[in-house]
Amino acid sequence: MLYAPLPMHIPDGFLSVLVSLVLWAATILVVGYSLRRVGQDLGERQAPLMGVLAAAIFAGQMLNFTVAGGTSGHLMGAAIATILLGPWAAILVLTTVVGVQALVFQDGGLLVLGANIFNMGIVGVAVSYFVYRTFQRLANGKPWGIFVGGFIAAWASIFIAALAVALQLAFSGTSPANIALPAMGGIHALIGLGEGLITVGALAFLYATRRDLVTAGEGQVKASSAVWVAGLLIALALAIASPLASAHPDGLEWVAEQRGFLDAAREPLYNVIPDYVLPGIANESLATILAGILGALIVFFIALGVAYTRRKRGTAS
Amino acid sequence: MHHEIEVSGLSFAYPDGHVALRNVSLHITPCEKVALVGPNGAGKSTLILHLNGILNGGSGTVSVCGLEVKKENLARVRAMVGLVFQSPDDQLFSPTVYDDVAYGPIYQGLSAAEVDGRVREALQAVRMSNYARRVSHHLSMGEKKRIAIATVLSMKPEILVLDEPTAGLDPRARRDLIKLLDDLPITMLVSTHDLRMVQELFPRMVIMDEGRIVADGETAVLLKDQALLEAHGLELP
Amino acid sequence: MHIHFLDPFIAGQSAIHRLDPRVKFVLAVAFILTAALTPSGAWPVYVLLFALAMGVIVLSELGVGFVFRRAVLALPFVLAALPVIFTLPGVPLFSLSLGSWGLTATADGVERFVSIALKSWISVQIAIVLSSSTPFPELMVAMRAARVPRLLVSIFGLMWRYLFVLADEAMRLLRARSARSGATGLPGMKVGGSISWRGRVAGGMAGNLFLRAIERSDRIYVAMLSRGYDGEVRDLPLPPLRALHWLVLICGVALLGMLAIFGFLFYG
Repeated sequence: MLYAPLPMHIPDGFLSVLVSLVLWAATILVVGYSLRRVGQDLGERQAPLMGVLAAAIFAGQMLNFTVAGGTSGHLMGAAIATILLGPWAAILVLTTVVGVQALVFQDGGLLVLGANIFNMGIVGVAVSYFVYRTFQRLANGKPWGIFVGGFIAAWASIFIAALAVALQLAFSGTSPANIALPAMGGIHALIGLGEGLITVGALAFLYATRRDLVTAGEGQVKASSAVWVAGLLIALALAIASPLASAHPDGLEWVAEQRGFLDAAREPLYNVIPDYVLPGIANESLATILAGILGALIVFFIALGVAYTRRKRGTAS
Repeated sequence: MHHEIEVSGLSFAYPDGHVALRNVSLHITPCEKVALVGPNGAGKSTLILHLNGILNGGSGTVSVCGLEVKKENLARVRAMVGLVFQSPDDQLFSPTVYDDVAYGPIYQGLSAAEVDGRVREALQAVRMSNYARRVSHHLSMGEKKRIAIATVLSMKPEILVLDEPTAGLDPRARRDLIKLLDDLPITMLVSTHDLRMVQELFPRMVIMDEGRIVADGETAVLLKDQALLEAHGLELP
Repeated sequence: MHIHFLDPFIAGQSAIHRLDPRVKFVLAVAFILTAALTPSGAWPVYVLLFALAMGVIVLSELGVGFVFRRAVLALPFVLAALPVIFTLPGVPLFSLSLGSWGLTATADGVERFVSIALKSWISVQIAIVLSSSTPFPELMVAMRAARVPRLLVSIFGLMWRYLFVLADEAMRLLRARSARSGATGLPGMKVGGSISWRGRVAGGMAGNLFLRAIERSDRIYVAMLSRGYDGEVRDLPLPPLRALHWLVLICGVALLGMLAIFGFLFYG
């Protein structure tokens, strides 16, 4: 009710099964590794801290501010989670947030949950970490590194994650790359500014009250250089691939080629089933009408059954 | 004459169906200091949240300084009614005391110099002038409560509305706060369980229970009515 | 005031409510997978899937109107698929001209778009039935049965436990802000401050929320320690699945599998 969904959560139906499953596999691998790493780094304190912070990020997404013309900015939280907890725990926190949003609030689908976790959790966190660490190094311990780094990390996490979403839509044949990429990228380049402002505001508050929380991540440089490299690679890959894909949308049409391949494979299978198995159903609209009648009958009988058991329950109690 | 606060026939139910206010009417004249007492769940906070339109959508009307509380007037009403919440942690969301006290004036669009003047005045009024650069989160409960009051005084409100100002304070902080409230020359509606403070500070008292106003009169008289107090779960200090 | 109305779970006694959460979860995912596998333009399969979803909604006794209203949530995302109407090659249907731009819709494009919208709409209905008929602890049972690591499940559990507490805190912060967002009504004043200032204020509120959350997690940790927590998450073993629920699971998966194969063979 108070909770406004971001245009970043992909619902079911928008990604092809292949893309969904590949991203599930990637997500499971990374989340599994993160669980192991968190077990080593944070020790036994981990569960309450990550659980409550996940709740805080979810609740923090309610804290909006008006931008202009009825639109408002609010938080996704990948950057602030990365800065407060380090990359591995942040991935788990974002996994929990995105998971609950999908499971309970239908903000994002279930089959595409792997993709949503991948975009907001893994890409968002890796990019945040890469940008933030880079600025920390440049600033060499001076506070501007926290704020400038925080702002750009937050912006980049939104922007790059949006590019990832656009590419996935393009690969799924849902939206052509040359439209999806500039559209998603353009909108989220603006939304990212809101994310950046809120992240800086939150960092300013925490820097003033509990400086140790904001600077705690600095000790983990060596342990997490893999994430830094991953962030760099993701950012680079998407930054290079996106304009290319956008300029040559045909480049993505390997999906279509695959379709042709599948058709070829299906042909003999189709021939195995003789025409007379389902006589008359060659006519497509007739089949649709039949399906409609069958469906209506199913629903009708279920409704009848429910009404009957309800009445029985009513008289029994 | 117009009343500073004028509530008439106000009823309100939360979206979950819980009825919090039933036909409440209340008038407060300028510079009056009124206490609002009653058990938890009596509807005190709900009533307070109506005074600057945080809650709305029930039946009845609320007017502040002759201005009806409705969508078109919300911003002006909020500048006139200074609402201090029970938990200062909810109210103090900026890094420093100064930023928090400056929120209202900046939002109103005052110039930097005016904002600065307002912050100084407000902090002086709550006797916290040295605290401008401090971090709110690290202050004691009593100090936070005073800063919370300063955050609304800086808006120069016509009416101050406080929710449980003495809750959670130790005796000395409570004493300081009572003295502060006594000194502020402004119309005041205070919701509280602290009947000793009511006795000391507020000539008029309103008792609420189950969403209704069950008594409204002189504090000295009402506090003598043992049966009334007992019926509504209040204990004489 | 508490925002318990945020929890979409609606208590009930229907067959769907009483179905084992593990079975419900698997069937919901299988249903969405089937919808995803269904090729564009396989209208009979969509009609049957829709009928199936309707049947489940009726069976759940949640109310068709309730589910449909909530299903609108995924609607805005349809915009992302709108361009395929004009970009997919095929038989031209109609043309739009926006100034010098000409757009031609194709039958294949429309077919693809409608299929995506239908898939999404049907899938979200099933997801709504799942979350509205299954309390969160039971969803966690399903997660455990799906071999989600225990640490992750316990993070989910802690998050759920404190989500409403923190959502309450966030709402009180919002109230405190709007209570002080006033205007004098005098002319010549730009109310509201700059966008960047408003953004940073919202950020301060988020920082406040995070800080209180972190401090709360410290207290929770101490409370857990005092009850013998040693960093290891332990659970009671899951009860075995009853025969009837097994039957529902097998029949459901078989039915969905048939639908998927049907769509694949005749319309793929």
